[in-house]
Amino acid sequence: MSHDASPARTSGGDTPNRTALIVFAWAWVGLPFLYGVYSLVLKVPALF
Amino acid sequence: MAGGFFDRSSIVAPPGWSRWLVPPAALAVHLAIGQAYAWSILKQGLIDAEDLSGTATALPFQLAIVMLGLSAAVFGTQVERRGPRWAMFVATICFSSGFLISALGVATGQFWLVVVGYGFVGGIGLGIGYISPVSTLMKWFADRPGMATGIAIMGFGGGALVAQPLSNGLLSAFGRTSGGVASTFLVMGIAYGVFMSLGWLLVRVPADDWRPPNAPAASEEKADTGPAVSATEALKTPQFWLLWVILCFNVTAGIGLLEKAEPLYREYFGQASAGQQLTSAVAAFVAILSLANMLGRFVWSSTSDIVGRKNIYRLYLGVGALLYVVILLLGNSNKVIFLIAALFILSFYGAGFATIPAYLKDLFGTYQVGAIHGRLLTAWSAAGVLGPLIVNSIVEAQGPEGTGPSRYVVSFSIMIALLVIGFIANELVRPVARKHYAGDVERDRAATTEGASR
Repeated sequence: MSHDASPARTSGGDTPNRTALIVFAWAWVGLPFLYGVYSLVLKVPALF
Repeated sequence: MAGGFFDRSSIVAPPGWSRWLVPPAALAVHLAIGQAYAWSILKQGLIDAEDLSGTATALPFQLAIVMLGLSAAVFGTQVERRGPRWAMFVATICFSSGFLISALGVATGQFWLVVVGYGFVGGIGLGIGYISPVSTLMKWFADRPGMATGIAIMGFGGGALVAQPLSNGLLSAFGRTSGGVASTFLVMGIAYGVFMSLGWLLVRVPADDWRPPNAPAASEEKADTGPAVSATEALKTPQFWLLWVILCFNVTAGIGLLEKAEPLYREYFGQASAGQQLTSAVAAFVAILSLANMLGRFVWSSTSDIVGRKNIYRLYLGVGALLYVVILLLGNSNKVIFLIAALFILSFYGAGFATIPAYLKDLFGTYQVGAIHGRLLTAWSAAGVLGPLIVNSIVEAQGPEGTGPSRYVVSFSIMIALLVIGFIANELVRPVARKHYAGDVERDRAATTEGASR
């Protein structure tokens, strides 16, 4: 089980530069998506 | 050399690579190709600019959905062998080119180029793009496969949410003329090409010796003895065809509601409001159905990691059938219950798509799960024809004498029957017999082929 114990081989070993990449990647897909959800939610009150 | 760059060996994750970089790579592809669900906006633009019929302008979308199922089935093995970067790159080129060819078609008044571009070329991009991240996500998230594929496939559901304001904004800016619609296709083709590129640049496959954090101690031994069924062999198992029926009927039941959402709401609650108020309420109804469809993909698929795949499909199919019964029995007497039932039905529809890759992994292993998933998506193509056919033909056959909720009694009863059949099919699913597992020789050969290309 040495593989499980190796921090280099698990997702637990994020380095600072990876963190920046993670933030950038999630922002790349998350911002357009959230804008789409926001546009959609604006329509919902008309239902009631 | 380009072949090396796209090869699986060049995207093996270095030590310390976070698996949380893989879902955004998948989402970059799925959020883009999910634009297909917002085709109606471009369709209206084409009708306004080119004076084309509704039937003609539906063709590019219909062909794209057919090509999605076909290309996922045909290229599934290729995607599995060459890896996700190659698949995502091909999907980017095809999907983006589809828009560019369509732009040329609109600009030159050659509508057939829109059909070939968006429908055929773009449709191949849809199919390859849809399956491209599935097996990679499940290898990275072997401990939570339902959640991982739920995120990606939620992106496909959410793609329309991104595309709607984008398409509307571009059409408003460029105008609903031939030139304006052509410019809209052109800008969308370039924008999606850039947006999707994050996927093939970022995606990585785990190293052979990588294990998820918090993996059970026995996982290493289990990996060697667990199911590993090839795509060809999977077609010979009853489990594949039972899942095919489950997916097909679950999707058909959802499409039955989704396809007629607008007229359905008018028939049920049209008498209570009128004019602009009704139009806004209908738009809101369609919007919350989209939201339920999208959220169901993530929420229920993630839940399946806890309660198990068989149990979650009992919920989708069994409770889905009961909710249709509720809608039938209550008619338009209680709007809140109608809305809650419709939302859950649509959440189960989306979740059916999102959970099926994890169900396949449980039964057939990760060995060729992407290719098996590709073949299973033919059930979606079949449902895409079956659902609208059932609802439209039955509702229209009733003519003008049928009004209100009574117009939907027969078609909703058929949906209930389909869900019950799906429920029974789910009950019949058993683990795949060991005789279907790939032998060591076959697995070694596959590994060698993979290794040789490194």
